[in-house]
Amino acid sequence: MTGTPPLVLLVGNPNVGKSALFNKLTGKYVTVSNYPGTTVELSRGFAPCGGTRTEIVDTPGMYSLVPITDEERVASDMFFSENVRAIIHVADAKNLERMLGLTLQLIETGRPIILAVNMIDEARDLGIRIDIDRLSLELGIPVVATSSLSGEGVGALLKALATPPAPSLNLTRYGTIIEQAMMDISALLSPASPIAPRARAGLILQGDLRERERLVRENNDRDAAAILNIVSSTRDRLNHSPHYYVALALRSHAARIAGNCVANPSQQPGRFRTFLERICTQPITGYPLVALVLYFALYKFVGQFGAGTLVDLIEDGVFQNHLLPWVTTKTAAIPWVPVRDLLAGEYGIFTLGLRYAIAIILPIVGSFFLVFAVLEDSGYLPRLALLVDRGFKRIGLNGRAVIPIVLGFGCDTMATLVTRTLETRRERILCTLLLALAIPCSAQLGVILGLLGQHPSALAAWALIVLFIMLLCGFIAAKVLPGERPMFYMELPPLRMPSLGNVVIKTYTRMVWYFQEILPMFLLASLLIWVGNITGVFSLLIRGLQPVVGWLGLPDASAVAFLFGFFRRDYGAAGLYDLVKGGALTTHQLTVAAITLTLFLPCIAQFLVMQKERGTRVTLWISAGVLLTAFGAGYLSHVLLTAIGY
Amino acid sequence: MIDAKIEEILEDLFARESEPTHPIRSMNTDVLAAAAEQGFVRLENGLPVLTRKGLEAGEKVVRRHRLAECLLRDILQVPDAEAEEDACHFEHLLRPGLEDRVCTLLGHPLTCPHGRTIPRGECCRSAARDHVREVGPLCDGRAGQSGVVAYLSTRDSREIQKLMAMGILPGSDIRLTRLFPSYIFAIGHSQFTVDHTLAEKIFVHWRD
Repeated sequence: MTGTPPLVLLVGNPNVGKSALFNKLTGKYVTVSNYPGTTVELSRGFAPCGGTRTEIVDTPGMYSLVPITDEERVASDMFFSENVRAIIHVADAKNLERMLGLTLQLIETGRPIILAVNMIDEARDLGIRIDIDRLSLELGIPVVATSSLSGEGVGALLKALATPPAPSLNLTRYGTIIEQAMMDISALLSPASPIAPRARAGLILQGDLRERERLVRENNDRDAAAILNIVSSTRDRLNHSPHYYVALALRSHAARIAGNCVANPSQQPGRFRTFLERICTQPITGYPLVALVLYFALYKFVGQFGAGTLVDLIEDGVFQNHLLPWVTTKTAAIPWVPVRDLLAGEYGIFTLGLRYAIAIILPIVGSFFLVFAVLEDSGYLPRLALLVDRGFKRIGLNGRAVIPIVLGFGCDTMATLVTRTLETRRERILCTLLLALAIPCSAQLGVILGLLGQHPSALAAWALIVLFIMLLCGFIAAKVLPGERPMFYMELPPLRMPSLGNVVIKTYTRMVWYFQEILPMFLLASLLIWVGNITGVFSLLIRGLQPVVGWLGLPDASAVAFLFGFFRRDYGAAGLYDLVKGGALTTHQLTVAAITLTLFLPCIAQFLVMQKERGTRVTLWISAGVLLTAFGAGYLSHVLLTAIGY
Repeated sequence: MIDAKIEEILEDLFARESEPTHPIRSMNTDVLAAAAEQGFVRLENGLPVLTRKGLEAGEKVVRRHRLAECLLRDILQVPDAEAEEDACHFEHLLRPGLEDRVCTLLGHPLTCPHGRTIPRGECCRSAARDHVREVGPLCDGRAGQSGVVAYLSTRDSREIQKLMAMGILPGSDIRLTRLFPSYIFAIGHSQFTVDHTLAEKIFVHWRD
């Protein structure tokens, strides 16, 4: 155990306050990006436990040890890590009975388990009483009541971690057919695993594919075949899949324990809450509410406040009036012109890279992340998902995809990462395509709203055409792409007043992520443009692009904006901004350019993430499709707008 | 041939394997002792548990019983009330070989008149599902109606897994609150939403 510190895993269902508890446990030592509610990467931090520095890992939410989505797979893989000191199961005190099934499953793995009965304050408010000592006795593991909001019980939890508990022997009985099969399978398993053989056998029987792979790797072919044989003959014997019986047995075991430890008053939700719920979910008020939320959150707050007021403040107040003149005077002394250009030239690191990143993009993206955090923390997003599910099915997605799509309006790169939360490969590809094609990120959106804001009819034309293209492409792609049909299910957490602390943390972590990922890209783009200019590659490319933009009825100068669009979509849009300021575009041209640029290839960062998440082949197909669609749609709208004399 | 009393115990114990709420009719200690002596059951904490041998024997009895129910009701048109008792006698009469002929005659039914699965024999293949009165899919419920989940009408493990993740299992209390644009229901203090595809798989015993 020398070198690597011992690990403590936080596991549990989604929406139980796991990430918030993680923050309370680790204090300020959060090192890796974390998107509460949509956690896709593991967050790691450190906490002092009984004098040793212990690494705490927050895992994505999971309902059962047998994973459904990729993100759940990440969590279940962690169990096999060698130096796990303890696993903390974070459970929602309000729904303890439903949560205990996972506790019992975790106990079976034979690893030291601690149960954190979280959100104990909310449960108390509902009049639920939980006998913690009795619960600990019945389960055979330490149990701590915690509140990730107030920090109650966090100290007790750290103390419990100081002496890792012995594994509990409280096992669930699954009936003879399954028990027998588990016994037969575990006899064939290689014993070298930190997970108890009975639990592994259970996972294999329930069809966990990862566990199957591990099985084939560790065993000789004959044993592996024998095990798979037991699995299939057991399945034949049962009415349903073994999974079903395991869940039934766990549930009745959990109910027995909960019956002894939890006093649950039957209570109806308050009238105000029921009323709010109805407003959000019944179509007649729900859809207008979506429109209102989009109007105020995206248009008013991000578009006008973020992209207008804030950008002006930073761009004019800081950059144009103070920083840039200062940089220009400082660099004027540099004798070598190319170096001076690199720093303060037209596309220099300060004048272009840093200015775009900090003065134009940051306020827009920041205000978007703030709005998104408020929506996320209030519990509104799942309601949005259920409202749009029927529509999304038409384009091959399900309501769950609303989270990456809405997040895409903030940052398409981040949203592409979050497509991991979608269940099938087909949905992930479709969603990635739509993000690459038709969802403008907040930076781009901000610039475009700023540009077209003066011309409402142009804005309407832009919005309608982009929406039409998105629906059309989604519809066609969903027809063409083979795969399983999407299925929609989601938990609806209670609607609540967003907490300031949560909103700040969520906005902050996303902005930190954005800055770390994106700022280097901007500087790199400045550098590449500089190199491109010096070597003459750019003028060659621009000359190549000029006839293409010519077909769209755009002036030659706009080719520069498109070329920048290769580096970042919003960079291209920001390039348009400069063109308009110079008075080089008519409203007609502006509309066509905005449409083409919105649909245009994603930025470099998104391209790289796409390649990482979906593979090179899919990424190239998507890029080719996007490029063709963007210019095709640009050309058609040019023709269309000319025909109606706009 | 196994004694009819022992067969009855094996039958009940086997039925409990796939339906933990299934009652055990009689627990005569002498019969139990005999069953244990013949290696069909062993005692665990004073409760009988099927051995491998007992499991196989129990499966056959259940198969014969449920086939007999189908035969009596569908072919001989015996009223339901009487069919149950007759089937109890019938199951002991259907000898190996004869049961497969009955099964073939009936067209290899998948479920008995009560909706329970008939264990498959050598001769089977086919599918059907029976609907029990008062029990209907979630998608046919009314907003505000509540009930108990009766069964899940799917064998797709992907679907089952999702339903179970939400705590939807036979015996769960469920309250439907909305049908459109998606189905919303509450289980305990949690709310969930599903689409039509999943909602039509959840069969609920509605309370009125």
